[in-house]
Amino acid sequence: MDKSQSLLGDAVFETHLKSLRDMPDWLIELKKEAWVRYKALPFPVRKNEMWRFAHVDGLALDDFVHDDTQGKRECELLICDCGADLNFSDDAHVGGKTLSEELAKAGVLFMPLELAIREHPELVRKHLFERMPDMGSEKYQALHVALFSTGVFLYVPRGVQVELPLQSVHSATREGGSVFPHTLVVAEEGASVTLFDIFRSSKENIRHFACAAADIYATAGANVRYRLVQAWSGNALAFHLNSATAGAQSVVDAITINIGGAHIRGEQHGRIIGKGGEVIMNSLSLARGKQEIDQRTLQTHDAEDGHSDLLYKNVLLDQAHTIFSGLIRVAEGAQRTDAYQTNRNLLLSPDAESDSLPGLEILANDVKCSHGSSTGQLDDEQLFYMLARGIPRRQAQELLVFGFFEEIIAKIGNPHMADYVRQLLQDSFSLQ
Amino acid sequence: MSLEISSLNVSIADKQILKDFNLTIPKGEVHAIMGPNGTGKSTLAKALAGHPDYTVNKGSALLDGEEIFGLEPDKVARKGLFMAFQYPVEIPGVSIANFIRAAVTARMNKEASDAFSATAYYKALYAKMDELKIPREFTARSVNEGFSGGEKKRCEILQMAMLRPKYAILDETDSGLDIDALRIVAEGVETMRGPDIGIVVITHYQRLLNYIKPDVVHVMYGGRIVKSGGPELALELEARGYGWVEKEFGALV
Repeated sequence: MDKSQSLLGDAVFETHLKSLRDMPDWLIELKKEAWVRYKALPFPVRKNEMWRFAHVDGLALDDFVHDDTQGKRECELLICDCGADLNFSDDAHVGGKTLSEELAKAGVLFMPLELAIREHPELVRKHLFERMPDMGSEKYQALHVALFSTGVFLYVPRGVQVELPLQSVHSATREGGSVFPHTLVVAEEGASVTLFDIFRSSKENIRHFACAAADIYATAGANVRYRLVQAWSGNALAFHLNSATAGAQSVVDAITINIGGAHIRGEQHGRIIGKGGEVIMNSLSLARGKQEIDQRTLQTHDAEDGHSDLLYKNVLLDQAHTIFSGLIRVAEGAQRTDAYQTNRNLLLSPDAESDSLPGLEILANDVKCSHGSSTGQLDDEQLFYMLARGIPRRQAQELLVFGFFEEIIAKIGNPHMADYVRQLLQDSFSLQ
Repeated sequence: MSLEISSLNVSIADKQILKDFNLTIPKGEVHAIMGPNGTGKSTLAKALAGHPDYTVNKGSALLDGEEIFGLEPDKVARKGLFMAFQYPVEIPGVSIANFIRAAVTARMNKEASDAFSATAYYKALYAKMDELKIPREFTARSVNEGFSGGEKKRCEILQMAMLRPKYAILDETDSGLDIDALRIVAEGVETMRGPDIGIVVITHYQRLLNYIKPDVVHVMYGGRIVKSGGPELALELEARGYGWVEKEFGALV
């Protein structure tokens, strides 16, 4: 680990700029501005409402460096029969299967982001960093922009239906290192696509920093299914700063699965900007050990007849801590909005803590909105029913926990992906 | 071989419900327990199954000679006691197939359960389902979730058939069973009936007994059995109601 490349010093950014190849001036400018912003912005404090309940001392970056040298391909992971996949290691594209000729001919693009910036600047520039969540992590957001070097660019032209899911895997392999994967999905009018975006570390215990952002745009009538699996090492500090924007009559259906990480901050901003747009935000987290999973969500309705539906479920073991803070914001004039928000927490240990802060801010007068939150233990009657069938207590508890997960897993919509997630949960759960 | 319950005293939240209750169910027989509401019929079922809300203050229950009080509920079940719930519990996210499989393998040693393939399991499951006329799609549904009363009963009977208990207690006290559900329970009991099982059907209404012919009928009142007889006792209860039971036995309890 080269200490001169600490995330706190300017040297790391200078090295990063030098490492960039053939990047356009507008991008370099964006990065320079972002670096200045990053340096100027303060680290989060708990007094800030957007960091309420969070252990902000876990967010320090002192121990992390960044290394721009090329990563090595280290994992082969294909969850299902994919249309194409992109494989990244330490923020470098290291392989994957390219799109079928048919999809390529139809104009679908699925490529490393830096390549897209060079080859399709007009398509990328329109949306790149256009709408970041801005939900408290602005400092880290700026760092992401300053230091990102690759990621996924997925573009589906008007009316094209991509049948098979696409997959990307982002691996971090360096102890003390940092990665800044960026995912940009643009689906034009009436297009349809599914992306599995998987984040993982090469070894279970490496301590590293990840600051990822995924930004999804569904234009009128488009349909995007986005499945994020966060399986970083148990010692990682990671940010996932995500945004989904739905145009008229379009659907963005996002699921986040949190399994790894020591400290995870997730921000998810769903925006409805076109009449009748729909954003679905589901999440499932298994928190264990001393893990903290801090999730903040925003459902912004800026257009009429929009629909948003959120369900965040957490299972907590040991001394784990989860935070859910969600807000539904309905703008004046976003009439006939239908918006729901639910957070459910299952506490399996007396030492675990889950905080829930649901909220509504409604400026229109003809809306249907509701929010709800519940925190509890396993249901005694369900447990007794299982015991009464001879199922041993431990196994009964496990079945009930997996039953709790299943509500989200069933929404994944792909049996291979669902099995992959079940297996990850099973592996993590049986560690106890 | 029998399930022998003697001097059983059970209370719930310090209120004594069963008072020196005695009953022996020999293998191969079907017994019906009838009685007015609030007389302790469901308490008997729950206490035998080991529900934590029910405190056994005194008494014993010997399952083929082995004491089951004091055992964890899952152990009692594995010893061979099955209770069909009056109100089966809904368990979202757990499929019937997985649930029953967990219950079946819990009765095997490690070797047998490792060797028990999915194919073998489904073969056995589907055979029972065909026998009980349960459509196969059923297995993918979550346990009891959104089921009709009849479907819940079907699910209980399927579990009983798969788990082959030595003794089964069917708690049908006052669940307001519709005729369909009633027939399902009755058919299930008739299918299972045989020399290797002792069955207790707990019911408030005589009409269940239109479909099941019990060997013995017991009348329960005030936390104990006050009268036992043949099937004709059920008909008497149907004809006369429970009023006479109170008159005749009220002073005793």
